Amino acid sequence: MWQLLYENLEQTVAVILFGIGFSILLLQRNLIRKIIGLNIMDTAVYLFLASMGYISGRKAPIVVDGVTQTTAYINPIPAGLVLTGIVVSVSFTGIMLALTIRLYRRYHTLDIDEIAMLARGEDA
Amino acid sequence: MTLVHNFPFFCILLCMAAGIFTSVLKPKAAKALTFVVAGTVLVLSALTLRLTLQLEEAYPFIMGHFPAPWGNEIRIGRLEALMATGFSAVLLISLLAGMWHTSNFVSEQKTNLYCIMIDLALAAVLVLIYTNDLFTVYVFIEIMTIASCALVVVRQNGHTLVATTRYMIMHLFGSGLLLLGIAMLYGITGHLLMVPLHEAVVNIVQTGEHMGPLTVVIALITAGLAIKSAMFPFHGWAPDTYAFAPPLSSAILSGIISTAYIFVLIKFFCRVIGLDVIISQQITPFLFVCGVSGMIIGSIMAISQRDIRRMIAYSSVAQIGYIYLGLGIGTKAGVEAALFQMLVHAAVKSVLFLSTYELVNVSGDHKHFRYLHGAGYRNVPAGIVFTIAAMSMVGIPFTGGFIVKLNLAISGIAIGGWVRALVLIALALSTLLNSVYFLHTVVSIYRRPAQELDYPKPEKTLPVVAVALFTSVLLIIYLGIGSEPILRVIETGLKTFS
Repeated sequence: MWQLLYENLEQTVAVILFGIGFSILLLQRNLIRKIIGLNIMDTAVYLFLASMGYISGRKAPIVVDGVTQTTAYINPIPAGLVLTGIVVSVSFTGIMLALTIRLYRRYHTLDIDEIAMLARGEDA
Repeated sequence: MTLVHNFPFFCILLCMAAGIFTSVLKPKAAKALTFVVAGTVLVLSALTLRLTLQLEEAYPFIMGHFPAPWGNEIRIGRLEALMATGFSAVLLISLLAGMWHTSNFVSEQKTNLYCIMIDLALAAVLVLIYTNDLFTVYVFIEIMTIASCALVVVRQNGHTLVATTRYMIMHLFGSGLLLLGIAMLYGITGHLLMVPLHEAVVNIVQTGEHMGPLTVVIALITAGLAIKSAMFPFHGWAPDTYAFAPPLSSAILSGIISTAYIFVLIKFFCRVIGLDVIISQQITPFLFVCGVSGMIIGSIMAISQRDIRRMIAYSSVAQIGYIYLGLGIGTKAGVEAALFQMLVHAAVKSVLFLSTYELVNVSGDHKHFRYLHGAGYRNVPAGIVFTIAAMSMVGIPFTGGFIVKLNLAISGIAIGGWVRALVLIALALSTLLNSVYFLHTVVSIYRRPAQELDYPKPEKTLPVVAVALFTSVLLIIYLGIGSEPILRVIETGLKTFS
């Protein structure tokens, strides 16, 4: 069991990080912490993806010395996916931060439950 | 390859290009361009549908220069073309009926942004319908989420801010699960394109190696998409979002966007994994239970609402329950019923949100039922349209809702055993509950006000709005009377879908 976890160290760490990020996003009431949780969660998936594409002993897939055998390079697709994913999570973080600024200016707190209570008192 | 073969790709490109051009246009021109885009997409999708009806098989369309299994592609079949046509028709009708009053919710400077988001949402819906690549699914789901958040928060008050934050957090959960699921699936199969993926999955099932991770993948992706489509018990974000967003946004979000997620789920079930594997992994009973509880509890929650828009939002949860019930039955017939319900839901729910706005508008902007008394007389077209849409929700014959319930019952009966009993009891109970709250609403809007409240003089309903609302009523009735050819397209489309 431990041997198996150690052999797949990156994946194990990634899943633990995902769990941490997930619970922060779910359980924390502070909006900024929620955003941090979101980022941890996304980063965990990127670690998971990147570790899958890496093959030890091989190089990044950039042809420099005329070496064109596929066996010389790692799998470039996960890296491409991670890049796309990073763009997505940056835009989400941006939107969440913008929403947080709006909410803070309006309610002067970052606590989502408190904000929801204050909002409920307003006229629809 | 003829010109028509390219139309799905043109539709997607058109929406995205229109989004870019909209940013530099004047607000009026931006609105006009949005109409043109929706109309063009409808025409092109209808032509694609006509083409696919002549073809026996679905055809792939390579995006970029690399063929499968390396490159990216979209895949066009009958089912996809039917869904694209249905959704773009509903979008066009919603725009015609809802665009004129967006100025009450959206400030002048934000109008362009609003139009861009509608274009982007349409592009994302089209991509999700047509794409054959799992990672493209993820990217466009995120684009759709961003667009829908903007569609809600564009009305600037505290309620929409809170609702959007909730919406965002729940959807980020969903995306996180989905992305992890896709990453794991890529890890065990080495593919992202759906056809080679399916071959790899078949291989996994045959050899039995990596069966555990496959189960986890199915669970992760199902949960992610279920959260995003407001399946009970993950519906927490839906009522507030639908109730406080501008009516046009609610119509698009609830009618088109939440069903597009379910279409992706069906695609994942049928094309990537295979329905038999899904059934053997015991996912369908879970969807079945969630669907049934959503149908019942969504309706009960709807009955307890005093605000008409929240009531319709909760009934939306119940309607999504019908779709999951069809999926949960786990047969081809069940999936067909679910697909038909997606079309009916899109048509009915959007018109309910929009006609409700008209009724609220003639009642001094009050959303409580007691102020709505007599609204059906103050705005006659909206009253009639609301009544017919409500009849479809209840499942009166000659409307789309009836055919849905009929098909769900038939596919449940074919199974036998406790499933049959549960399907029939759930359908009967939910029909009863639906009729309670919709009858109550229809009676309220046609009841004479107790004392003549001093309603401010409302704006006159534009003829185009009345025409659009009546067109959607025709659509609902067509789905009820002329359902036979549509069901046949769904049936034959599903065969070539996987």
